Amino acid sequence: MNIDSIQNGVVIDHITAGNGMRLYSLLGLDNLDVSVAIIKNVVSRKMGKKDIIKIDADIPVDFQVIGYVDPGATLNIIRDGKLVSKQAVEMPDRLTGVIRCYNPRCITSTEQELKQIFKLTDREKRVYRCIYCETAAK
Amino acid sequence: MRSVIDILDLTTEELEGLMATALDIVARPDDYAEVCRRKKLATLFFEPSTRTRMSFEAAMYELGGNVISMSSAASSSAAKGESVADTAKVVSCYADIIAIRHPKEGAALVAAENADVPVINAGDGGHCHPTQTLADLLTIRREKGAFEGLTVGLCGDLKFGRTVHSLINALSRYRDVRFVLISPEELKVPSYVKRDVLKKQGIPYQQTTSLEDAIPDLDILYMTRVQRERFFNEEDYLRLKDSYILTPEKLRGAKKDMAILHPLPRVNEISVAIDADPRACYFKQVLNGKFMRMALILMLLKEAGTI
Repeated sequence: MNIDSIQNGVVIDHITAGNGMRLYSLLGLDNLDVSVAIIKNVVSRKMGKKDIIKIDADIPVDFQVIGYVDPGATLNIIRDGKLVSKQAVEMPDRLTGVIRCYNPRCITSTEQELKQIFKLTDREKRVYRCIYCETAAK
Repeated sequence: MRSVIDILDLTTEELEGLMATALDIVARPDDYAEVCRRKKLATLFFEPSTRTRMSFEAAMYELGGNVISMSSAASSSAAKGESVADTAKVVSCYADIIAIRHPKEGAALVAAENADVPVINAGDGGHCHPTQTLADLLTIRREKGAFEGLTVGLCGDLKFGRTVHSLINALSRYRDVRFVLISPEELKVPSYVKRDVLKKQGIPYQQTTSLEDAIPDLDILYMTRVQRERFFNEEDYLRLKDSYILTPEKLRGAKKDMAILHPLPRVNEISVAIDADPRACYFKQVLNGKFMRMALILMLLKEAGTI
């Protein structure tokens, strides 16, 4: 299966197989009016299988979302058909406005204007906790 | 602006400093009778808590300061839909320091992020209640002299009891403290507390369901209430509730100098017959809470440059 290469845009590579759709959704790519390709279960020498997302526009991509969903994925910026930057994305220490606290007793459940902020509390187990009530994100 | 939301906001040195100040207040109350003159504490209690509120108010009055508060949450601006953030900003204009209690977890942090004066968390739902832990620490210090080498039994609801988790966090900073966690299976200390605090720091602990078996080893027995609503079915509650009630019979096997603590209010988990026992320290704990709140108010007002 072939997907045309892009001239100007973003390629998120080395996504763990199965995470592509979640990343697509959390990055809000469904709201974009540009071509976006999600390629699932691509054979990879390093990973066995991987997902890839190609965005046919030079748009800013939220690093923290990629780092939260799939640390180790790489973000490639393409300009004039050339790879101008390639970066492995790490887990962010803080997540702002990406996920919501599900704890009904949390102050964010009643004061909707509060920013949803989570902090990384266990890097090994990838645990993020709400800064307000300290409930772990699901 | 420095605020205290969680017991973890205070370093071990600060805990020691607060206890030293509190003990100095006990020894020389007159020296502190005017230190907060013309300063105001605002007590924002969005849910009823007579004891904690009165403790803060008594603390501020004994420092020579004044107290302003809202008459009840129902008549407050919150009832009209004002956010905690806005309330904190407004009250900052009137008061030098704020003590807030709110049913929602994290509300005190929101207040602290928005206030221009120090904020003390006086309880945010089931989340944190740092001044209760300060009361617990001073009580243990006054009763036992030191934390090092103590065997501390925590009994009752160890799953939802916020005071228990805070106390484990605070005491874990001291050498050779050992914990005995006494609870029904349904209400054991959550695994993240054991993993992140006890195991991580190599602190010895044992878990048991039997208060009688555990009691002879304990230097401190910290009782909490086993609440009916925490159980999935009535049968389990009825089966277990009496196991975690401290009676003179159960106390027979305990050390002669064991200290019994309870964050209060108690319902029936400590028999009234024990109140006269010299080991009962839960009413002293209330008094110690006031002294520690005085020390904390002083520390924060000094840091803010208010006094």
